[in-house]
Amino acid sequence: MARKTARPGRTLALLFLAIAIMFGGIAFAGTWKPELGLDLRGGTEISMTAKNSEGGSVPKESLDEAKSIIDQRVNGSGITGGRVTTEGNDVIKVSIPGTGKVQQETAERVRQTAKLRFRLVACSPQKPCGGGAGGNDPGSMIQQDPTGGAAPGTSPRAPFAGEKASPSEGESASGDASSKPSASADADAEKKSDNATVKVDDAVKFMRQPPTEWATKYSSFSCPAPGSDPIEDVPGQPLLTCDDQGAPYLLTPAVIEGTEIKEASYGIPQQQANYVVTLDFKSDGNKTFAETTGAIAGSGEQFAIVLDGKVISAPTADSRISGGAQISGDFTQKTSAALANNLKYGSLPLDFPEEGIQTRVIGPSLAGNQLTAGLWAGLIGLILVVVFSVLYYRAMSIVVIGSLAVAGAATYGMVLLLSETAGVTLDLPGVAGLIVGIGITADSFIILYERMRDDMREGRSMRVAVDTAWVRARNTCLASDAVSFLAAFVLYVFATNEVKGFAFMLGLTTIIDVLAFFWFTYPMTKLMARWGFFNKGHVLSGMDQRAIGTVDDARPGTTTLVGGKA
Amino acid sequence: MSKMSISRLGKELYTGEKSFDFVGRRMLWYAISAVVLVAVVLGVSLQGINLGIDFTGGTRYTVSVEKADQKMADELRTAVGDTSVEAADGATVRTSGPRSIVIETKAVGNGSEGDADIMGAITKTADVAEDDVSRTGIGPSWGERVASKAGLALGIFLVGVILFIWIYFREWKMSVAAVAALLHDVVITVGVYAIVGFEVTPATVTGFLTILGYSLYDTVVVFDKVKENTRNLSRTKKTYAAAANLAVNQTLVRSINTSIIGLLPVVAILYVSTVQLGTSALKDISLVLFVGMAVGTYSSIFIATPLLVHLKSGEKAVVDAEKRAAARMKEADKYATVPVFDEGMAVSDAEEPDELRESDSDDLHEAGVSRGTGAVSNNAAMGKGRNTPAQQREVSDSGASGRPQPKRQSRSKRK
Repeated sequence: MARKTARPGRTLALLFLAIAIMFGGIAFAGTWKPELGLDLRGGTEISMTAKNSEGGSVPKESLDEAKSIIDQRVNGSGITGGRVTTEGNDVIKVSIPGTGKVQQETAERVRQTAKLRFRLVACSPQKPCGGGAGGNDPGSMIQQDPTGGAAPGTSPRAPFAGEKASPSEGESASGDASSKPSASADADAEKKSDNATVKVDDAVKFMRQPPTEWATKYSSFSCPAPGSDPIEDVPGQPLLTCDDQGAPYLLTPAVIEGTEIKEASYGIPQQQANYVVTLDFKSDGNKTFAETTGAIAGSGEQFAIVLDGKVISAPTADSRISGGAQISGDFTQKTSAALANNLKYGSLPLDFPEEGIQTRVIGPSLAGNQLTAGLWAGLIGLILVVVFSVLYYRAMSIVVIGSLAVAGAATYGMVLLLSETAGVTLDLPGVAGLIVGIGITADSFIILYERMRDDMREGRSMRVAVDTAWVRARNTCLASDAVSFLAAFVLYVFATNEVKGFAFMLGLTTIIDVLAFFWFTYPMTKLMARWGFFNKGHVLSGMDQRAIGTVDDARPGTTTLVGGKA
Repeated sequence: MSKMSISRLGKELYTGEKSFDFVGRRMLWYAISAVVLVAVVLGVSLQGINLGIDFTGGTRYTVSVEKADQKMADELRTAVGDTSVEAADGATVRTSGPRSIVIETKAVGNGSEGDADIMGAITKTADVAEDDVSRTGIGPSWGERVASKAGLALGIFLVGVILFIWIYFREWKMSVAAVAALLHDVVITVGVYAIVGFEVTPATVTGFLTILGYSLYDTVVVFDKVKENTRNLSRTKKTYAAAANLAVNQTLVRSINTSIIGLLPVVAILYVSTVQLGTSALKDISLVLFVGMAVGTYSSIFIATPLLVHLKSGEKAVVDAEKRAAARMKEADKYATVPVFDEGMAVSDAEEPDELRESDSDDLHEAGVSRGTGAVSNNAAMGKGRNTPAQQREVSDSGASGRPQPKRQSRSKRK
């Protein structure tokens, strides 16, 4: 608010204009109902059966670990309200509210194993085995800014990015035994080294002079048809695989594991047009990465970033790079976000083969009569609130009812917009947050009103009392709302699952409460104070002497209010 | 309660004509809360907390039917809930694709009596054979990791709140009082919930978290008024306790109205869901909100503020204000200045005039009733609205000032 000379009428007009614009946008998008949560409406359920590639049973630890990683991926943004459970010994069930496009994308994202490795390119279409380099690289490497921070334009990092729960492949029980043609025959003998990365020098040697057996394999290798199972990626073994365009590659054993990634974010760097995914390594990874890029710097040789057995980019390096890497390629905002999210939360310790995956539509877990009963009850409650306000505040109840209506409309509009764009869903806990929001919104008005009365008891006129009361009421309201918002913020950042969705709603209602207080309650009260009906204290105005209680108690030395029947 | 009376009450509370002694009778409120707390802790320890499927894992029955629709799911929910099996109380039932319905209950032993009961209810209601129902175990979706993360979030939140209140009010004792009231609210809410025996689900957990926010919100509103009233104790000539008590009284009407408006929708939902719906998540969450909001409002007035005054009571400024106030009281009430009995002081008693007559006039003089002879206690300043500082130097009588003054001697001659 500006000075006391602010024009309340204009503020109100602007507020209504803003709400109208918001609803115009919603009308344009054409949805009038928010996405409801799993409990109220049901959604999509993906059932994934884990496979232990060694045969035998799936270890419980791996399954639980996979569950928690998937959980983080599903609820990475936190407001989708997904639920992840294990079933039996080898099944993970993911339930996502809603059945729209966003849900399909989430389902796709969930299944990615997200095993990321860095290898060197020994042979590729542009670079015959052991020969020089070609020029065409699908990706490129960008030097990080030397401060070691995220590159400009990347998204701000969230505190406490997902814990890297996944142990390095060496100790993971998933057993990356090689069953693919790319693996060597005496797998058992080499098992130990198979699950570990190799030294950079060895990889460079392999790159410059691939053994003949691998070179021959490469020449007879053709890419598998799209949609078939991904190629097994064994870190200690060379890898024959392809990129998105179907170009075959022979890659050296892995030099860096995805578990070395400390943080992944996405964004558009300055002076560029495309999304990139930015990686930050832990200290060991950083060292190795610098060594690797140093070894191939300027030679035109490529290294490859391999995700789930597929080359996603094969850039060259111009100089030794320390301090992180960027993966560029043809990303959209969604795909880069998904990749960054998956890399951040680590790779799954288990494989979920295609044949074990089922997607189906599930119904709500709460009976349909609950939602209707709840809505009716809420409506009855609101009517009671209106009745109470009218009885107590008389004509001033216009303000409190109006502020509830404005806050309600704004919240509803925001929920609609966010369920379109961010996949926010409204579930029962969210509704609880909204119900408490009614009390908090009404409270702002009540604080202002009671303070106004107190000031009028001191003998001020209503017109003056509005402003004197506002100064204190504003501080009270901001302080108490700050506490609410703090609760919402902390819970949103640190908690998981349903709590996140709830925290989001709480934060939203708190912010809207403050806005409604500043842009509706106060200007509206100010307008009212200008009308003689109120400031002369008409008996129905809720601002008469009787309401204030000064009716037969004009204290000496204070001006008695004008009008108002004693 | 007519509008007339409550407005009148509001005005009288504001001016202090009418005042409820919230602060002075704090021991009573503490006692009430202590009794309730002990009761709920006992209740919880006897009854235990009934954790839902999401926390404990359980059993999933998948029923293959001709056509799975919401109606059948609702029927199954009722049928399974009506069995006498405890594990099936909070069963969730949902359709899963067009041909199957999934029922989740708490862990039921394979082939146990409960299992047979549930199977019976399912086969009867859905009209299917036993072979059409498969059962598997399911793991918790809210495992330890989620719980520990939620715990971490709570810890960080509490630290944040303590810091925020401390910075905003510049008073760490307010943080302590607010957090104490918060814990009080949470324990009572959780306790009542557990004693009622409802199941704890993720939805109720978020309900508890809502209560955290609301309880603090309400306390901050009251404390803001307390801070305003206690800003200038020396100028307003009030004691901290009286100023805080006035603040609570002044916000009382606001507290009553806010809790009425906040609770009306909750009560409506609680009533409707209890009367109409039987077991339902709606009932659970509205119970949490109802108890939590009511207790949260209560604790801001009856626990947080008295506790704050309690904590502040040792501070110098507060003690001084108390002393000043006591002195003013005496000033205002001349009977309060009856001198305190001193050793050897003459006792004048109307009923024993003989004794008075017999008493030596010298005694009177020595007793320091008349102006002192140097061996006077601090009583000289009694009733003057001042605290005399402890005397550092020798004093002697001074006719001019009407009370003993420090001896004026050069330093070397002083003792």
